[in-house]
Amino acid sequence: MADGESAYSVILFHTNSAALRAEKILLREGFAIKLIPVPRQLSSDCGIALRFDRSRETRVGEVLEAAGVPIDSIHVLE
Amino acid sequence: MIYLDHAATSWPKPPKVIAAMTDFLERIGGNPGRAGHRLSIEAGRIIYKTREALAELFNAGDPLRVVFTSNATHAINLALHGLLKPGDHVITSGIEHNAVMRPLRFLEQNGVRVSVVPCDGEGIPDPQNFARAVEKSTRLIVIKHACNVTGTMLPVAEISAVARRAGAFLLVDAAQSAGAVPVDMRMMGIDLLAFAGHKGLQGPPGTGGLVIGERVRAEDMTPLTRGGTGSRSESEYQPEDLPDKFESGTLNGAGIAGLGAGVDFVLERGIEAIHAHETALAKMLAEGLGNIPGVRLYGSNDWKRRSAVVSFTSEKYQTSEIGFRLDEEFGILCRVGLHCAPAAHRTIGSFPRGTIRFAPGPQTTAGEIAAAVAAVARILK
Repeated sequence: MADGESAYSVILFHTNSAALRAEKILLREGFAIKLIPVPRQLSSDCGIALRFDRSRETRVGEVLEAAGVPIDSIHVLE
Repeated sequence: MIYLDHAATSWPKPPKVIAAMTDFLERIGGNPGRAGHRLSIEAGRIIYKTREALAELFNAGDPLRVVFTSNATHAINLALHGLLKPGDHVITSGIEHNAVMRPLRFLEQNGVRVSVVPCDGEGIPDPQNFARAVEKSTRLIVIKHACNVTGTMLPVAEISAVARRAGAFLLVDAAQSAGAVPVDMRMMGIDLLAFAGHKGLQGPPGTGGLVIGERVRAEDMTPLTRGGTGSRSESEYQPEDLPDKFESGTLNGAGIAGLGAGVDFVLERGIEAIHAHETALAKMLAEGLGNIPGVRLYGSNDWKRRSAVVSFTSEKYQTSEIGFRLDEEFGILCRVGLHCAPAAHRTIGSFPRGTIRFAPGPQTTAGEIAAAVAAVARILK
Protein backbone atom coordinates (compact mmCIF):
# COMPACT_ATOMS: atom_id res chain seq x y z
CA MET A 1 0.00 0.00 0.00
CA ALA A 2 1.42 3.37 -1.02
CA ASP A 3 1.58 6.23 1.48
CA GLY A 4 -1.70 8.05 2.01
CA GLU A 5 -3.78 5.28 0.41
CA SER A 6 -6.35 3.43 2.45
CA ALA A 7 -6.66 -0.34 2.22
CA TYR A 8 -10.33 -0.44 3.11
CA SER A 9 -13.70 0.74 1.97
CA VAL A 10 -16.69 0.80 4.31
CA ILE A 11 -20.38 0.64 3.41
CA LEU A 12 -22.99 2.04 5.77
CA PHE A 13 -26.56 0.75 5.66
CA HIS A 14 -29.88 2.19 6.82
CA THR A 15 -30.61 -0.88 8.95
CA ASN A 16 -28.68 -3.67 10.62
CA SER A 17 -30.81 -6.18 8.75
CA ALA A 18 -29.60 -4.73 5.43
CA ALA A 19 -25.97 -5.04 6.59
CA LEU A 20 -26.56 -8.67 7.53
CA ARG A 21 -28.24 -9.34 4.20
CA ALA A 22 -25.28 -7.78 2.39
CA GLU A 23 -22.85 -9.90 4.43
CA LYS A 24 -24.64 -13.09 3.49
CA ILE A 25 -24.82 -12.27 -0.22
CA LEU A 26 -21.18 -11.18 -0.44
CA LEU A 27 -19.87 -14.21 1.48
CA ARG A 28 -21.85 -16.45 -0.85
CA GLU A 29 -20.13 -14.70 -3.78
CA GLY A 30 -16.75 -15.33 -2.18
CA PHE A 31 -15.85 -11.77 -1.15
CA ALA A 32 -13.53 -11.24 1.82
CA ILE A 33 -15.58 -8.91 4.03
CA LYS A 34 -16.08 -8.14 7.71
CA LEU A 35 -18.87 -6.57 9.71
CA ILE A 36 -17.50 -3.86 12.00
CA PRO A 37 -19.08 -1.29 14.33
CA VAL A 38 -19.94 1.87 12.40
CA PRO A 39 -16.78 4.06 12.59
CA ARG A 40 -17.65 7.14 14.67
CA GLN A 41 -16.00 9.49 12.17
CA LEU A 42 -18.46 8.33 9.49
CA SER A 43 -21.70 8.29 11.46
CA SER A 44 -23.06 8.57 14.99
CA ASP A 45 -25.15 5.45 14.36
CA CYS A 46 -24.84 2.58 16.80
CA GLY A 47 -25.03 -0.12 14.16
CA ILE A 48 -22.73 -2.20 12.01
CA ALA A 49 -20.96 -1.48 8.73
CA LEU A 50 -19.31 -3.66 6.10
CA ARG A 51 -15.55 -3.42 5.57
CA PHE A 52 -13.62 -4.85 2.62
CA ASP A 53 -10.54 -4.32 0.48
CA ARG A 54 -10.81 -1.08 -1.40
CA SER A 55 -9.88 -2.73 -4.69
CA ARG A 56 -13.22 -4.61 -4.54
CA GLU A 57 -15.35 -1.49 -4.12
CA THR A 58 -16.82 -1.34 -7.63
CA ARG A 59 -17.60 -5.06 -7.73
CA VAL A 60 -19.15 -5.07 -4.24
CA GLY A 61 -21.35 -2.11 -5.19
CA GLU A 62 -22.50 -3.93 -8.33
CA VAL A 63 -23.34 -7.14 -6.49
CA LEU A 64 -25.37 -5.34 -3.81
CA GLU A 65 -27.22 -3.28 -6.39
CA ALA A 66 -28.06 -6.37 -8.42
CA ALA A 67 -29.41 -8.04 -5.26
CA GLY A 68 -31.47 -4.97 -4.38
CA VAL A 69 -29.81 -4.34 -1.01
CA PRO A 70 -30.31 -0.65 -0.15
CA ILE A 71 -27.10 1.06 1.00
CA ASP A 72 -26.64 4.38 2.76
CA SER A 73 -23.15 5.36 1.57
CA ILE A 74 -19.68 4.08 0.68
CA HIS A 75 -16.61 5.55 2.38
CA VAL A 76 -12.88 5.22 2.27
CA LEU A 77 -11.62 4.26 5.71
CA GLU A 78 -8.81 6.72 6.49
CA MET B 1 -51.23 -38.65 26.22
CA ILE B 2 -52.48 -37.78 22.74
CA TYR B 3 -52.09 -34.13 21.74
CA LEU B 4 -54.66 -33.04 19.16
CA ASP B 5 -54.58 -29.29 19.73
CA HIS B 6 -52.03 -28.24 17.12
CA ALA B 7 -54.38 -25.53 15.82
CA ALA B 8 -54.02 -23.77 19.19
CA THR B 9 -50.27 -24.35 19.45
CA SER B 10 -48.01 -27.13 18.21
CA TRP B 11 -46.50 -29.51 20.75
CA PRO B 12 -44.07 -31.07 21.32
CA LYS B 13 -41.73 -28.77 19.43
CA PRO B 14 -39.03 -30.40 17.24
CA PRO B 15 -35.86 -30.96 19.34
CA LYS B 16 -33.89 -28.62 17.04
CA VAL B 17 -36.21 -25.75 18.05
CA ILE B 18 -35.37 -26.21 21.71
CA ALA B 19 -31.66 -26.65 20.86
CA ALA B 20 -31.64 -23.40 18.85
CA MET B 21 -33.24 -21.47 21.73
CA THR B 22 -30.84 -22.92 24.29
CA ASP B 23 -27.90 -22.16 22.00
CA PHE B 24 -29.07 -18.57 21.59
CA LEU B 25 -29.34 -18.03 25.33
CA GLU B 26 -26.19 -19.93 26.30
CA ARG B 27 -23.76 -19.02 23.55
CA ILE B 28 -25.01 -15.88 21.82
CA GLY B 29 -27.34 -13.70 23.83
CA GLY B 30 -26.20 -10.35 22.39
CA ASN B 31 -28.71 -7.67 21.51
CA PRO B 32 -29.08 -7.76 17.71
CA GLY B 33 -28.47 -4.45 15.99
CA ARG B 34 -27.58 -2.62 19.19
CA ALA B 35 -23.81 -2.97 19.14
CA GLY B 36 -20.99 -3.91 16.81
CA HIS B 37 -19.46 -6.67 18.94
CA ARG B 38 -19.42 -10.30 17.91
CA LEU B 39 -22.29 -11.47 20.09
CA SER B 40 -24.58 -8.70 18.85
CA ILE B 41 -23.67 -9.46 15.25
CA GLU B 42 -24.15 -13.20 15.75
CA ALA B 43 -27.59 -12.61 17.27
CA GLY B 44 -28.41 -10.42 14.26
CA ARG B 45 -27.29 -13.16 11.88
CA ILE B 46 -29.58 -15.72 13.49
CA ILE B 47 -32.53 -13.36 13.27
CA TYR B 48 -31.69 -12.48 9.67
CA LYS B 49 -31.48 -16.19 8.81
CA THR B 50 -34.99 -16.65 10.17
CA ARG B 51 -36.24 -13.78 7.99
CA GLU B 52 -34.63 -15.46 5.00
CA ALA B 53 -36.20 -18.85 5.76
CA LEU B 54 -39.66 -17.27 6.15
CA ALA B 55 -39.28 -15.26 2.93
CA GLU B 56 -38.42 -18.52 1.15
CA LEU B 57 -41.30 -20.46 2.71
CA PHE B 58 -43.86 -17.78 1.75
CA ASN B 59 -42.20 -16.84 -1.59
CA ALA B 60 -42.05 -13.25 -0.36
CA GLY B 61 -38.84 -12.12 -2.07
CA ASP B 62 -36.87 -9.63 0.04
CA PRO B 63 -36.20 -10.99 3.58
CA LEU B 64 -36.16 -7.41 4.93
CA ARG B 65 -39.92 -7.35 4.33
CA VAL B 66 -40.43 -9.89 7.13
CA VAL B 67 -41.38 -7.93 10.27
CA PHE B 68 -41.32 -9.85 13.56
CA THR B 69 -44.17 -9.43 16.03
CA SER B 70 -45.12 -11.25 19.22
CA ASN B 71 -47.92 -13.27 17.56
CA ALA B 72 -50.34 -13.26 14.61
CA THR B 73 -52.80 -11.02 16.50
CA HIS B 74 -50.09 -8.39 16.92
CA ALA B 75 -49.26 -8.64 13.19
CA ILE B 76 -52.94 -8.26 12.20
CA ASN B 77 -53.28 -5.23 14.50
CA LEU B 78 -50.14 -3.70 12.97
CA ALA B 79 -51.57 -4.07 9.47
CA LEU B 80 -55.11 -2.89 10.30
CA HIS B 81 -54.16 0.07 12.49
CA GLY B 82 -51.23 0.88 10.21
CA LEU B 83 -53.24 1.03 6.99
CA LEU B 84 -56.76 2.15 7.88
CA LYS B 85 -57.65 5.80 8.52
CA PRO B 86 -61.04 7.35 9.28
CA GLY B 87 -63.04 7.45 6.03
CA ASP B 88 -61.39 4.29 4.66
CA HIS B 89 -63.49 1.27 3.81
CA VAL B 90 -62.47 -2.33 4.58
CA ILE B 91 -64.10 -5.62 3.54
CA THR B 92 -63.85 -8.86 5.49
CA SER B 93 -65.59 -12.25 5.57
CA GLY B 94 -68.22 -13.66 7.90
CA ILE B 95 -65.98 -16.31 9.45
CA GLU B 96 -63.13 -14.23 10.81
CA HIS B 97 -61.37 -14.74 14.13
CA ASN B 98 -61.63 -12.09 16.83
CA ALA B 99 -57.99 -11.21 16.06
CA VAL B 100 -59.47 -9.53 12.97
CA MET B 101 -62.99 -8.64 14.13
CA ARG B 102 -62.09 -6.88 17.38
CA PRO B 103 -59.61 -4.43 15.87
CA LEU B 104 -62.03 -3.89 12.95
CA ARG B 105 -64.95 -3.16 15.29
CA PHE B 106 -62.73 -0.74 17.23
CA LEU B 107 -61.69 1.01 14.01
CA GLU B 108 -65.36 1.12 12.97
CA GLN B 109 -66.11 3.10 16.14
CA ASN B 110 -63.40 5.50 15.00
CA GLY B 111 -64.57 6.28 11.49
CA VAL B 112 -63.49 3.29 9.37
CA ARG B 113 -66.35 1.67 7.45
CA VAL B 114 -66.49 -2.14 7.67
CA SER B 115 -68.36 -4.48 5.29
CA VAL B 116 -68.73 -8.16 6.18
CA VAL B 117 -69.30 -10.59 3.29
CA PRO B 118 -71.33 -13.57 4.49
CA CYS B 119 -70.23 -17.18 3.96
CA ASP B 120 -72.15 -20.32 3.03
CA GLY B 121 -72.76 -23.10 5.57
CA GLU B 122 -69.28 -24.53 4.96
CA GLY B 123 -67.72 -21.16 5.73
CA ILE B 124 -66.81 -20.16 2.17
CA PRO B 125 -67.57 -16.63 0.94
CA ASP B 126 -68.38 -15.98 -2.73
CA PRO B 127 -65.61 -13.80 -4.27
CA GLN B 128 -68.34 -12.07 -6.33
CA ASN B 129 -69.76 -10.69 -3.09
CA PHE B 130 -66.42 -9.06 -2.31
CA ALA B 131 -66.56 -7.41 -5.74
CA ARG B 132 -70.11 -6.17 -4.98
CA ALA B 133 -68.98 -4.73 -1.63
CA VAL B 134 -66.17 -2.66 -3.18
CA GLU B 135 -66.51 1.12 -2.80
CA LYS B 136 -64.40 4.03 -3.98
CA SER B 137 -62.68 4.28 -0.60
CA THR B 138 -62.01 0.55 -0.20
CA ARG B 139 -58.43 0.39 1.06
CA LEU B 140 -58.17 -3.18 2.26
CA ILE B 141 -59.69 -6.65 2.10
CA VAL B 142 -58.84 -8.87 5.07
CA ILE B 143 -59.54 -12.61 5.19
CA LYS B 144 -58.24 -15.69 6.89
CA HIS B 145 -56.55 -18.33 4.77
CA ALA B 146 -57.72 -21.40 6.69
CA CYS B 147 -60.52 -21.42 9.25
CA ASN B 148 -59.48 -22.37 12.78
CA VAL B 149 -62.92 -23.88 13.46
CA THR B 150 -63.65 -25.88 10.30
CA GLY B 151 -60.36 -25.97 8.40
CA THR B 152 -62.14 -24.49 5.40
CA MET B 153 -59.75 -22.61 3.12
CA LEU B 154 -60.91 -19.40 1.52
CA PRO B 155 -60.46 -18.68 -2.22
CA VAL B 156 -57.56 -16.28 -1.60
CA ALA B 157 -56.41 -15.86 -5.21
CA GLU B 158 -59.93 -14.97 -6.43
CA ILE B 159 -60.41 -12.48 -3.61
CA SER B 160 -56.95 -11.05 -4.36
CA ALA B 161 -58.08 -10.39 -7.93
CA VAL B 162 -61.00 -8.37 -6.54
CA ALA B 163 -58.61 -6.36 -4.34
CA ARG B 164 -56.28 -5.64 -7.27
CA ARG B 165 -59.15 -4.43 -9.45
CA ALA B 166 -60.33 -2.19 -6.62
CA GLY B 167 -56.84 -0.77 -6.02
CA ALA B 168 -56.97 -2.16 -2.49
CA PHE B 169 -54.51 -4.30 -0.54
CA LEU B 170 -55.18 -7.89 0.58
CA LEU B 171 -54.26 -8.87 4.15
CA VAL B 172 -54.34 -12.62 4.84
CA ASP B 173 -54.48 -14.07 8.35
CA ALA B 174 -52.38 -17.20 7.94
CA ALA B 175 -52.31 -18.11 11.65
CA GLN B 176 -53.71 -21.58 10.90
CA SER B 177 -52.13 -22.24 7.52
CA ALA B 178 -48.51 -21.08 7.83
CA GLY B 179 -46.36 -24.20 8.07
CA ALA B 180 -49.34 -26.52 7.57
CA VAL B 181 -50.55 -25.58 4.08
CA PRO B 182 -48.57 -24.10 1.15
CA VAL B 183 -48.70 -20.28 1.26
CA ASP B 184 -47.24 -18.50 -1.78
CA MET B 185 -47.60 -14.73 -1.47
CA ARG B 186 -46.78 -14.00 -5.09
CA MET B 187 -48.90 -16.74 -6.64
CA MET B 188 -51.86 -16.06 -4.34
CA GLY B 189 -51.58 -12.27 -4.68
CA ILE B 190 -51.17 -11.60 -0.95
CA ASP B 191 -50.03 -8.06 -0.08
CA LEU B 192 -49.75 -8.54 3.69
CA LEU B 193 -49.37 -11.90 5.42
CA ALA B 194 -49.84 -12.26 9.18
CA PHE B 195 -48.46 -15.50 10.65
CA ALA B 196 -48.11 -17.17 14.03
CA GLY B 197 -44.73 -18.69 14.88
CA HIS B 198 -45.97 -21.21 17.43
CA LYS B 199 -48.47 -23.23 15.40
CA GLY B 200 -47.60 -24.93 12.09
CA LEU B 201 -44.20 -23.23 11.97
CA GLN B 202 -43.24 -25.18 15.15
CA GLY B 203 -41.65 -22.18 16.87
CA PRO B 204 -42.16 -21.08 20.48
CA PRO B 205 -45.07 -18.94 21.72
CA GLY B 206 -44.35 -15.22 21.56
CA THR B 207 -43.27 -15.34 17.91
CA GLY B 208 -45.07 -14.27 14.76
CA GLY B 209 -44.82 -11.68 12.07
CA LEU B 210 -46.17 -9.61 9.25
CA VAL B 211 -44.71 -10.10 5.77
CA ILE B 212 -45.11 -6.93 3.76
CA GLY B 213 -45.50 -7.66 0.05
CA GLU B 214 -43.84 -5.67 -2.68
CA ARG B 215 -46.96 -3.63 -3.55
CA VAL B 216 -47.06 -2.09 -0.07
CA ARG B 217 -44.56 0.70 0.63
CA ALA B 218 -43.30 1.34 4.15
CA GLU B 219 -44.84 4.85 3.88
CA ASP B 220 -48.29 3.30 3.37
CA MET B 221 -48.37 2.12 6.99
CA THR B 222 -47.89 3.75 10.36
CA PRO B 223 -46.22 1.69 13.11
CA LEU B 224 -48.03 0.53 16.26
CA THR B 225 -44.99 1.31 18.39
CA ARG B 226 -42.10 3.71 17.95
CA GLY B 227 -38.71 3.65 19.63
CA GLY B 228 -35.15 2.45 19.40
CA THR B 229 -34.22 0.42 16.34
CA GLY B 230 -30.42 0.56 16.46
CA SER B 231 -30.53 2.47 13.17
CA ARG B 232 -30.46 6.22 12.37
CA SER B 233 -29.94 6.79 16.08
CA GLU B 234 -29.11 10.46 15.60
CA SER B 235 -32.77 11.13 14.74
CA GLU B 236 -35.67 11.42 17.18
CA TYR B 237 -38.07 10.44 14.40
CA GLN B 238 -38.99 6.87 13.50
CA PRO B 239 -37.04 5.57 10.47
CA GLU B 240 -38.96 4.62 7.33
CA ASP B 241 -36.73 1.64 6.51
CA LEU B 242 -37.97 -1.95 6.59
CA PRO B 243 -38.02 -3.84 8.86
CA ASP B 244 -36.92 -1.25 11.46
CA LYS B 245 -39.94 1.03 11.05
CA PHE B 246 -42.16 -1.66 12.57
CA GLU B 247 -39.69 -3.34 14.96
CA SER B 248 -38.92 -0.89 17.76
CA GLY B 249 -37.43 -2.33 20.93
CA THR B 250 -35.40 -5.48 21.49
CA LEU B 251 -36.65 -8.47 19.52
CA ASN B 252 -37.43 -11.87 21.04
CA GLY B 253 -34.06 -13.26 19.94
CA ALA B 254 -34.31 -16.67 21.59
CA GLY B 255 -37.85 -17.08 20.30
CA ILE B 256 -36.88 -16.08 16.77
CA ALA B 257 -33.91 -18.49 16.89
CA GLY B 258 -36.40 -21.24 17.78
CA LEU B 259 -38.78 -20.09 15.06
CA GLY B 260 -35.94 -20.24 12.52
CA ALA B 261 -35.28 -23.85 13.50
CA GLY B 262 -39.02 -24.56 13.25
CA VAL B 263 -39.16 -23.13 9.72
CA ASP B 264 -36.11 -25.26 8.83
CA PHE B 265 -38.00 -28.30 10.13
CA VAL B 266 -40.95 -27.41 7.87
CA LEU B 267 -38.71 -26.75 4.83
CA GLU B 268 -36.79 -30.01 5.38
CA ARG B 269 -39.88 -32.13 5.82
CA GLY B 270 -41.57 -30.25 2.95
CA ILE B 271 -44.78 -28.26 3.28
CA GLU B 272 -46.58 -30.49 0.75
CA ALA B 273 -45.61 -33.60 2.70
CA ILE B 274 -46.77 -32.08 6.01
CA HIS B 275 -50.06 -31.01 4.43
CA ALA B 276 -50.61 -34.47 2.91
CA HIS B 277 -49.84 -36.21 6.23
CA GLU B 278 -52.15 -33.98 8.27
CA THR B 279 -54.93 -34.13 5.67
CA ALA B 280 -54.83 -37.94 5.65
CA LEU B 281 -55.20 -37.93 9.45
CA ALA B 282 -58.02 -35.37 9.35
CA LYS B 283 -59.86 -37.48 6.77
CA MET B 284 -59.48 -40.52 9.07
CA LEU B 285 -60.90 -38.44 11.91
CA ALA B 286 -63.84 -37.17 9.88
CA GLU B 287 -64.70 -40.67 8.60
CA GLY B 288 -64.36 -42.27 12.02
CA LEU B 289 -66.35 -39.59 13.86
CA GLY B 290 -68.94 -39.49 11.07
CA ASN B 291 -69.74 -43.17 11.73
CA ILE B 292 -70.61 -42.50 15.39
CA PRO B 293 -74.38 -42.05 15.84
CA GLY B 294 -75.36 -38.53 16.90
CA VAL B 295 -72.13 -36.84 15.78
CA ARG B 296 -72.43 -33.78 13.58
CA LEU B 297 -69.37 -32.73 11.59
CA TYR B 298 -68.69 -29.22 10.29
CA GLY B 299 -66.87 -27.80 7.29
CA SER B 300 -66.33 -28.76 3.69
CA ASN B 301 -66.17 -32.33 2.38
CA ASP B 302 -63.82 -31.12 -0.31
CA TRP B 303 -60.41 -31.95 1.16
CA LYS B 304 -58.67 -29.85 -1.46
CA ARG B 305 -60.21 -26.85 0.30
CA ARG B 306 -59.51 -27.97 3.86
CA SER B 307 -56.71 -27.75 6.35
CA ALA B 308 -56.34 -30.49 8.97
CA VAL B 309 -58.93 -29.36 11.51
CA VAL B 310 -62.02 -31.40 12.37
CA SER B 311 -64.86 -29.86 14.38
CA PHE B 312 -67.85 -31.81 15.66
CA THR B 313 -70.72 -31.73 18.14
CA SER B 314 -72.96 -34.35 19.69
CA GLU B 315 -76.67 -34.19 20.46
CA LYS B 316 -76.03 -36.12 23.66
CA TYR B 317 -73.53 -34.03 25.65
CA GLN B 318 -72.20 -30.50 25.86
CA THR B 319 -68.90 -29.89 24.09
CA SER B 320 -67.24 -28.97 27.39
CA GLU B 321 -68.22 -32.28 28.95
CA ILE B 322 -66.89 -34.32 26.04
CA GLY B 323 -63.62 -32.35 26.05
CA PHE B 324 -63.22 -32.83 29.80
CA ARG B 325 -63.85 -36.57 29.61
CA LEU B 326 -61.45 -36.97 26.67
CA ASP B 327 -58.75 -35.36 28.82
CA GLU B 328 -59.58 -37.02 32.16
CA GLU B 329 -60.42 -40.54 31.02
CA PHE B 330 -58.38 -40.92 27.84
CA GLY B 331 -55.55 -38.37 28.02
CA ILE B 332 -56.69 -36.88 24.71
CA LEU B 333 -56.15 -33.12 24.52
CA CYS B 334 -58.29 -31.00 22.21
CA ARG B 335 -60.04 -27.63 22.27
CA VAL B 336 -63.76 -27.07 22.81
CA GLY B 337 -65.97 -23.99 22.64
CA LEU B 338 -65.98 -20.98 20.33
CA HIS B 339 -62.24 -20.89 19.50
CA CYS B 340 -62.26 -17.04 19.69
CA ALA B 341 -64.28 -17.05 16.48
CA PRO B 342 -67.98 -16.38 17.21
CA ALA B 343 -68.57 -15.29 13.60
CA ALA B 344 -67.35 -18.64 12.31
CA HIS B 345 -69.64 -20.53 14.69
CA ARG B 346 -72.61 -18.36 13.69
CA THR B 347 -71.86 -19.16 10.05
CA ILE B 348 -71.74 -22.94 10.54
CA GLY B 349 -74.64 -23.00 13.02
CA SER B 350 -72.77 -23.99 16.18
CA PHE B 351 -73.13 -20.68 18.07
CA PRO B 352 -73.16 -20.30 21.09
CA ARG B 353 -72.33 -23.87 22.17
CA GLY B 354 -69.28 -24.20 19.97
CA THR B 355 -67.64 -27.42 18.81
CA ILE B 356 -65.05 -29.98 19.84
CA ARG B 357 -62.00 -29.50 17.66
CA PHE B 358 -59.33 -32.07 16.84
CA ALA B 359 -56.23 -30.74 15.11
CA PRO B 360 -53.41 -33.21 14.33
CA GLY B 361 -49.83 -32.13 13.68
CA PRO B 362 -46.82 -33.34 11.72
CA GLN B 363 -45.87 -35.87 14.43
CA THR B 364 -49.38 -37.24 15.01
CA THR B 365 -49.80 -40.92 14.09
CA ALA B 366 -52.70 -42.90 12.58
CA GLY B 367 -52.80 -44.96 15.80
CA GLU B 368 -53.43 -41.82 17.85
CA ILE B 369 -56.27 -40.84 15.51
CA ALA B 370 -57.84 -44.29 15.83
CA ALA B 371 -57.59 -44.01 19.64
CA ALA B 372 -59.26 -40.58 19.59
CA VAL B 373 -62.16 -41.86 17.46
CA ALA B 374 -62.58 -44.89 19.73
CA ALA B 375 -62.61 -42.63 22.80
CA VAL B 376 -65.35 -40.41 21.37
CA ALA B 377 -67.37 -43.53 20.48
CA ARG B 378 -67.01 -44.79 24.08
CA ILE B 379 -68.11 -41.46 25.56
CA LEU B 380 -71.14 -41.18 23.26
CA LYS B 381 -72.20 -44.84 23.59
